[in-house]
Amino acid sequence: MTKKIKNLNLNFGPQHPAAHGVLRLILELDGEVVEKADPHIGLLHRGTEKLIENKTYMQAVPYFDRLDYVAPMNQEHAFALAIEKILDIKVPIRAQYIRVIFCEIGRILSHILNVTTQALDVGALTPSLWGFEERETLMTFYERASGSRLHANYFRAGGVHQDLPSGLEDDILKFCETFPKIINDLESLLTDNRIFKQRNVDIGIVTKEDALDYSFTGVMIRGSGIPWDLRKSQPYDCYEQLEFKIPVGKNGDCYDRYLCRIEEMKESVSIIKQCLSKMEKGPIKSLDGKISPPPKKELKQSMEALIHHFKLFTEGYRVPKDEIYTAVEAPKGEFGVYLISDGTSKPYKCKIRAPGFSHLQSMDHLIKGHMLADVPAVLGSLDIVFGEVDR
Amino acid sequence: MNTLIELEKKINSELTTKINNSKILHDQLYLEINKEDLIDVTLFLKTNKDTKFRQLIDITAVDYPEETQRFKIVYLLLSHEFNQRIILSYHISENEMISSLTSIFPAANWMEREVFDMYGINFKDHPDLRRILTDYGFEGHPLRKDFPLTGNYEVRYSEEQKKVINEPVKLEQNYRNFDYESPWEGTKYIKEQTDNNDKKN
Repeated sequence: MTKKIKNLNLNFGPQHPAAHGVLRLILELDGEVVEKADPHIGLLHRGTEKLIENKTYMQAVPYFDRLDYVAPMNQEHAFALAIEKILDIKVPIRAQYIRVIFCEIGRILSHILNVTTQALDVGALTPSLWGFEERETLMTFYERASGSRLHANYFRAGGVHQDLPSGLEDDILKFCETFPKIINDLESLLTDNRIFKQRNVDIGIVTKEDALDYSFTGVMIRGSGIPWDLRKSQPYDCYEQLEFKIPVGKNGDCYDRYLCRIEEMKESVSIIKQCLSKMEKGPIKSLDGKISPPPKKELKQSMEALIHHFKLFTEGYRVPKDEIYTAVEAPKGEFGVYLISDGTSKPYKCKIRAPGFSHLQSMDHLIKGHMLADVPAVLGSLDIVFGEVDR
Repeated sequence: MNTLIELEKKINSELTTKINNSKILHDQLYLEINKEDLIDVTLFLKTNKDTKFRQLIDITAVDYPEETQRFKIVYLLLSHEFNQRIILSYHISENEMISSLTSIFPAANWMEREVFDMYGINFKDHPDLRRILTDYGFEGHPLRKDFPLTGNYEVRYSEEQKKVINEPVKLEQNYRNFDYESPWEGTKYIKEQTDNNDKKN
């Protein structure tokens, strides 16, 4: 007697807690082994690039918060740098430090979320409870600087929107003193945990070749042993003056990527501390009235300030015809903005290069031959946030 | 290959006629090529030991509706070894097919699908050219300049039909696009004066 065996097609998502958002993953299963994975994305597509083409440069900034919404300011940074390079503006040193501090806070925010939810996906609840408490603290820093916890809209071409309120620097420093202990606590729960290791070691291995072929960046490429970090190789703002190490993995599996993220958080804390100690009082945005709006108090006295204010918030500043690609090392990898300006106050074209897009693309390649239960583990370690994948 | 200038020379001497134009700007090398030479040029850049552009960072297109060659296709390449970036581009007209890079860079798969989805550009030899970001059954190509910002159709749940339906977009208020651009730029001599003052400062 012969039996007919048919592969099973399974719909994973779009509403699945381990899909980290709205991912519809169509899996072809042979028993419990995954034969093929076809991710359907775009369920969170909002047409960010189209919207940006219809907004002035200043109005376009908030859209960047809504891409990778767990580390909003890193995205704004890429856009601000692109405009600054075209306009050739010098950013005051204090603004550079503030931006780096908040980028590193963003990195910690993103890595905490990723590490703890990955643990959650493979069965550990406690890390997320501990981690989210710290995220809350960090988000209050965001709030105190920019006025909102998530969608900061804080970076501007030429600096940042406003100076840090008094006392914030001390509180961030205090956080830097206590946070390493929390990382150690998290590590004590996970790093040597038998279950966590069984679920992550040797799962979703990325070879060096794969990492290059599939355009991996960030932790995904470093986990495979390629020491590539834009903060070091193509430094922007004041990263050149700061000392930090680049953690590199060995085997390129989910567990190595977890270790990289933990180490990166420690490095971020050290970067923030260095910035805080080097920071001095000074201007926080470009003093060129044609680009950055004047302080509120000048509006009542100075005619020029009034005109600048009016022009900036109606027409916006103009950016000469140019074409540029700038990238920053966002927590998830290389986040780039390919900007074409045409001399008006709106971008002609703004392509956003999101790291998660190319990472998710490799899902089929990574998961082939793994068990169904490994899907959340691999997906978790890819560090996907749908805001940036779908744009 | 240390500097971009050397790289530019090297590429120009090796690929001679295949490069139409090259310039260095913002620490990046911009190359313009012919549509037909795409595979040859990228293969050279990827495999040559002095260039080693092993990573394809992104593919995108730019729409210039008033030009005869409507689309500009852009490829961003990165070399880890020499820490350099290249922006490769060429122009095509509306209904032209272009070759797919999936055989050289597997990462090109989704990037080309996105270009197809957003601009309606067809790729030859692409293994799986489907829409990627827009909805199932979507019509049109959103990033073309002639596609309206508000879209053509909106989706809602219909209480009468008890299902989700598509219907033409109805706006309570027309989309308002104010033209704030200055009608004049100030007289020339004042502009020169301010420019000079800026330089002194």
